[in-house]
Amino acid sequence: MHRNLKTEILPEMQKGNIVKILLFCLVASISFSGNANDPQEHQAEGGTPHIDTKTEVQNYIDHHLQDAYDFTLWTDSETGEHVGFPLPVILIDEGLKIFSSSRFHHGESVAEVEGNYYKIHHNTIYKTNVAGDLSFDEEHHATNEKPLDFSITKNVFTILLTCILLFLLFGSLARSYRHKEIPTGIGRVLEPLVLYVRDDIAIPNIGEKKYRKFMGFLLTVFFFVWVLNLLGMTPLGVNVTGNIAITACLALFTYLITQFSGTKDYWKHIFWMPGVPILMKIILIPIELLGTLTKPFALMVRLFANITAGHVVIMSLIALIFVTDNLVMDGPISIFLTLFISVIELLVAFLQAYIFTMLSALFIGLAVEEHDHEHSETNEIV
Amino acid sequence: MEKLIQDFAYGLFFWQALILLVLIFLLRKYAWRPVLDSLDKREEGIKDALQSAENARKEMENLQADNEKLLREAREERDSIIKEARQIKEKMISDASTEAEEKANNIIVKAQETIKTEKQAAVAEIKAQVANLSIEIAEKVVQKELDNKEDQMKLVDGMLDNVKLN
Repeated sequence: MHRNLKTEILPEMQKGNIVKILLFCLVASISFSGNANDPQEHQAEGGTPHIDTKTEVQNYIDHHLQDAYDFTLWTDSETGEHVGFPLPVILIDEGLKIFSSSRFHHGESVAEVEGNYYKIHHNTIYKTNVAGDLSFDEEHHATNEKPLDFSITKNVFTILLTCILLFLLFGSLARSYRHKEIPTGIGRVLEPLVLYVRDDIAIPNIGEKKYRKFMGFLLTVFFFVWVLNLLGMTPLGVNVTGNIAITACLALFTYLITQFSGTKDYWKHIFWMPGVPILMKIILIPIELLGTLTKPFALMVRLFANITAGHVVIMSLIALIFVTDNLVMDGPISIFLTLFISVIELLVAFLQAYIFTMLSALFIGLAVEEHDHEHSETNEIV
Repeated sequence: MEKLIQDFAYGLFFWQALILLVLIFLLRKYAWRPVLDSLDKREEGIKDALQSAENARKEMENLQADNEKLLREAREERDSIIKEARQIKEKMISDASTEAEEKANNIIVKAQETIKTEKQAAVAEIKAQVANLSIEIAEKVVQKELDNKEDQMKLVDGMLDNVKLN
């Protein structure tokens, strides 16, 4: 049955929407606990023909996973009312244009700014004419001009909030040491976490001598990722660490730090691997160079994929309630599964922050390692 | 994949990079450095305290060992003193007894000599007395012999009875 479904949604795959497929599979396969064989049929049989529930759910989840120009807490789909607040849009298009996202009316209308017209289509701002007409190519991609977009989106806003939170929390921890040796209150929770990052992530991977230089980055990234992962589990509906731009940026930082702190040994092992024949040395150069890129790339994809998958699964399980026609039967199943996955996601939120920091520390450790004798890398990894 | 690349939010990337950079800088300055420094300081303090406790323990152990050594030495000294005293006592006793024996022997020798001289003197005196007595007896016997034979005999007997060798 699963296989059937997959072939059925193949056309969709051509659009390359991995997230949609994943979600569709999940929603569809789980809904078999009901009585329908075919999702389309099921909708036809269901009593409410005016709402295409599955597409709606799918769109909703899709929308959630993306960034947004305004911070919407919830939407009443019947009245079309959005509860939330607008955020500033910053465009570079014939000069700097800053205006409130409320001018788009949640993407429903064209915003006029200093004689230019902008419209949101599929979460992207396009430059349009006064009527907001968009032209499409054969793949249904809008071909209108896109202005350079540096808006303070929902994700940027959340990041800023997280920064303030982190700064307040750890600033207070730092201040608490001025008066007493052992912190009280929230510091009592934060101190062991800082110690954990230092003793279980930084020191074992980088080494006692050099770890201190990288603690700023490692601690910041650890708590940044963790707090954002946790925020993603709140009903605020933010999905920051499940955005590839965010994870790419984090991974880029790790990459740059690794490369710039690389020792002579590190570069020697990349460009002229000791202890192997000359031919192998030449073959190994591109492989090793590629290796430096694949490491942060894996970091980027791992965090992105884990958090996105978690969000999709949880939202799909919640959506079970809306697509089922036997609420008494499927409601408790949905609630139980959601609870179950939520607990796992809580663990994943920590785990991914830990893994990201740990691997960053490991890569940095490999780069700053001093070789006493050739090929002693294993010593340090253990 | 295509969609991911196409929808890559460079604006978000830009802000994230900027914010993260500033955040790392600020947290480093105002949070991580003071926190880590305090932690290091505290750990150093704990290490020092442990070290000094260890030192104190060692010192105590040394002291105890010293005490025990002193005690042992004192005991040994006491034992040797007692032993010596015992030896002295025995020596004294044996010395005294030999001396006493010698003295006693001397006394005995002297006494024997005295006795011998006394005896010789006594014997000499007896001899003198016996000689006198014999002369007297002989005088008297010679005077009476002439009168009566029987009386003569009686006289001799009576005299012999009277004269006893002391």
